[in-house]
Amino acid sequence: MSSVELPQAARIHLPGETGVWVFILGDMLMFALLFAVFIYYRSQDVGLFAGSQLTLNQTFGAFNTLLLLSSSWFVALGINAARKSLGKISARYFAATFCCALAFVVVKVFEYGEKFNAGIAITTNDFYMYYFMLTGIHLIHVVIGMGVLTFLWHTARSAELNEKNINVLESGASFWHMVDILWIVLFALFYLLR
Amino acid sequence: MDAMSVSRITWVWFALILATGLSWQFGHGFGFGEKFHYATVAILIITFIKVRFVFLDFMELRTAPLSLRLAFEAWAVLVCGTLIFLYWSGI
Repeated sequence: MSSVELPQAARIHLPGETGVWVFILGDMLMFALLFAVFIYYRSQDVGLFAGSQLTLNQTFGAFNTLLLLSSSWFVALGINAARKSLGKISARYFAATFCCALAFVVVKVFEYGEKFNAGIAITTNDFYMYYFMLTGIHLIHVVIGMGVLTFLWHTARSAELNEKNINVLESGASFWHMVDILWIVLFALFYLLR
Repeated sequence: MDAMSVSRITWVWFALILATGLSWQFGHGFGFGEKFHYATVAILIITFIKVRFVFLDFMELRTAPLSLRLAFEAWAVLVCGTLIFLYWSGI
């Protein structure tokens, strides 16, 4: 029977563990609060926030957005390959995702370095406090995600791709997509808002 | 996930890249000129449309249990609405 002939109920599928989704939703609620706090304080001192925003390197921000969007694409393709029992191909997609994540971290290090060299730190003003705090917490998520991606790569490469292992891969993939989503919002708030 | 959805995943990625380019343009004066408040609202709306596509197509919430899909869709709508409200009330 092809998937087209299956009833709607049979196509409902929870990718990954329930606990991972609870964690993702909790993490996203915490970030939602931080986004709102940032916009609220921005509205209290638009001049300071808009002026400080001009010092950010928008090219770095945009490049990192392209990296994370592409990384999410690779992860989705990796899960697709795993479901077809193409473990080695799946592992290659996870490796490509890891490379995107590593490039993101390198760009971020250059970006932070640029600010520190210009004498700008987390204590400079409220804008930079939120900038370093939110992008820093996100960067920690990226680094944790790199550990998760390494595990996904190893699992896809060496383990039998049964239902249980694919469920594990889906859990890690969902976490990585969340990292991408948080950056999509951070990019708009810190680099594009006018 | 079949071959059809692989092509959908790729199209979604392409659309996300294009949407990022459009947001970038709005952030640099394209389309709205001096009315930058409208450009910001457009940027925020595009941002959460992008988020929704990642939810539905990359995270596969399109075929997830309805309650989970609704929780994430509600997150996107509420956060987008709150940010636009807070931004607009500060003008």
